[in-house]
Parts: sequence; C-alpha cells; structure tokens
Amino acid sequence: MAAVSSPLRVCRGILKELRALKGPEYKRTLAYNYVLDQFRKNQVSSERYCRAQKEALHSSQSYLCLLASSRCHVALHKLYHGKGERGPDEVADIVGLRLPTQPGGKGWEK
Amino acid sequence: MARVHSLAPGGVRDQWQEPQRKKFYQDVNISQREDGLFEINLDRRKLKTPGGKLFTVPNEALAVAVATEWDVQKDTLKFYTMNLTTLCNTALDNPTQRDKEQIIAAALKFLETDTICYRVEEPPGLVELQTNEWDPVLNWVEKRYNVIIGSSSSIMGPQITEETKDTFRQHLGSYNFWALTGLEFVITQLKSLVLSFALVDRHLTVEQAVLLSRLEEEYQIQRWGNVEWAHDYDMYELRARTAAGTLFVHLSSESSSVKRKLLQD
Repeated sequence: MAAVSSPLRVCRGILKELRALKGPEYKRTLAYNYVLDQFRKNQVSSERYCRAQKEALHSSQSYLCLLASSRCHVALHKLYHGKGERGPDEVADIVGLRLPTQPGGKGWEK
Repeated sequence: MARVHSLAPGGVRDQWQEPQRKKFYQDVNISQREDGLFEINLDRRKLKTPGGKLFTVPNEALAVAVATEWDVQKDTLKFYTMNLTTLCNTALDNPTQRDKEQIIAAALKFLETDTICYRVEEPPGLVELQTNEWDPVLNWVEKRYNVIIGSSSSIMGPQITEETKDTFRQHLGSYNFWALTGLEFVITQLKSLVLSFALVDRHLTVEQAVLLSRLEEEYQIQRWGNVEWAHDYDMYELRARTAAGTLFVHLSSESSSVKRKLLQD
C-alpha cells in the first residue's frame, strides 16, 4: 500500500528542500553530499527485489516528508501565528484611538 | 553550551512561549569518535543535551540529519523545527526516567483506545470511510503479527486479548531503547498503535499514516471546508513529527548500520 515514488523523485525532492532551506550554499552542506551518496550507493543491486533498497527508499521518503512538512508548518506559523500580541497603543490605533499620556506616570508604576 | 528541549512533560509546548535564542554559531559539523559514535559540533563547541550530557548519536545518517536541523536555522533558533534533535535528547537524557518495560506498557495502553479500532455508527459517510480505509490496514497488521484486534463501535472499544498484548509486547521489546523512544513518540502522535506498526513496517508512508490518523478530520473538512490556519497547520505539524519519529526508529535500529556494512563489502 505504501506509495511507490521513484528514488529519483524523492532524491530531487530532498535536494530541492535543502536548496529552499540553505539557498545557493546548499551543495556544500553535509546533507546534500550524504543524500546523493546514499542514493548512488543504493542504486546498485543484483536482486530484483532488494529489501535494503526498499527500506532505504522508505526512509528517504520519510526524510523528504520531514523536510517538506516542517517547511510548510513554519510558513503557516509565520503567516498566522507569528505576529504575537499587539502592544496597547497598536490596539488602540486600530479603532482610531490614542492612549492617554500621564506625565507623572500611573499611580502604581515606579 | 547549547541547550535544546526534550520530550519531558510540557517540553514541546514550552518552546512556543520561550524567548527566542539567537543563532550563536556559523558552521555545523559532525565527527566520529573512536567508539563509533558521532558528535555534533557547532563551530568549535560540542553539542550537549539539556541534561548536560555530550550529544552523541549511533550512526552517520542520524548525525547528518541532526546537524542539518542546526545548520538550517537562521537568526533565531526555532527548536520546534528540530524534531530529530529533540528525540535524541529524550533518548539520551531519559527525562521521564522510564525503562524499556515502562515505555512498552505505555505504548500498549494505546491499543485499548486505538484510533482505527474505534468506529462511529454515524454519519454513514464516515462509517463507510472508516471501513474502507481502516479495515485493510487493520487486517494487514493482524495478519502480519498473527493477532486478533478487531474494531468496535461501543464506547468500551475493542476487547484486546492478553495473547495479542503479549505478541505486541514481544515485538516492542525487540527494539532497542532509542528506537522504542521513537516508536512510542509515533504512537502518541498518531494516537494509534496499529497505524504506527503499519508505518514502521513500511506498509504505509508517513503521509498515508497521518491521513488515516486524521480520517475524521479529513471527512469533516470535505463536508464543511478547510481552515488553513488550523487544519493545514495541524496536519503539517503532525506530518513533521511523525516523519521525524519514523526516521528516528529506522535510523536507530541496528540493522541500518549493519546493512551499510554489507553493501560496502
């Protein structure tokens, strides 16, 4: 039942994610070299059904999923939850009001 | 000294409220020790766990993946994006002080309220969806482990036999401590032991397992519409955590290092 994505697609996907994360430097990262190396190594197999290959493919799919979904999660977080609370003067400004100023400071402030 | 969080109670949630830590390093590298373990170096400093232990991982793949989590951080450190690091910290520090047996017992408890064993009786659309999507996976796991689990629409849930529990207890026991930590994490995320086994046994992909775990949500989304800041947000978070947990289990299992040796010979 596990979706059979080709190793090429998964490899490309991972490298794309690394590029999205690191920019033009991505080819010099540990991950870039390690991933490419692993995909090359796993290409060679004399058996028609190589369990090691299938296992490696599943792990690489998991890694791609990890990278892609982390990126989407962070993007959505920034979009919807990243702004934090507004300060009181900003809030007042939304409805066109201004906070009053008290030159002597409020009674309970030091 | 670099401190990150582990999966101690409140550990994950706290990260959202924490003041941001600035990125204090330029380069991330890994190095292998004489005993074969790998360390993570942030500039010239060795990464440590929140408990103060030296951060070590058993193989290169995991080391590279963890190093990458640190390498892609920008000006502030977002610990909630470093799922693999967090899992390693949990395995190394064991903040909840549990041994294998206790973790296995906790994992087994999930079976009694396993998501895919708990069926609704209505609406018919959802009943059908649960039958069509969950039954095949349930059957697959039952066959593979030679157990009977079954599903139930009663509030009591499925009646799990002692033999079934023993079978799963044995299988869980065959994982080493690190892999078990990862597996328990996956189970708590997916809220299903059955889905977790199907995923870790590579019968499902992470995306498929997450979809099946969120079947009812997906059904409601189809009917009532999607709310990106809640639905998609939750889905991506669940995918990221489940993917991290799954990868952690596979990379921590001894076979991955052995296999590499065989390929090199």
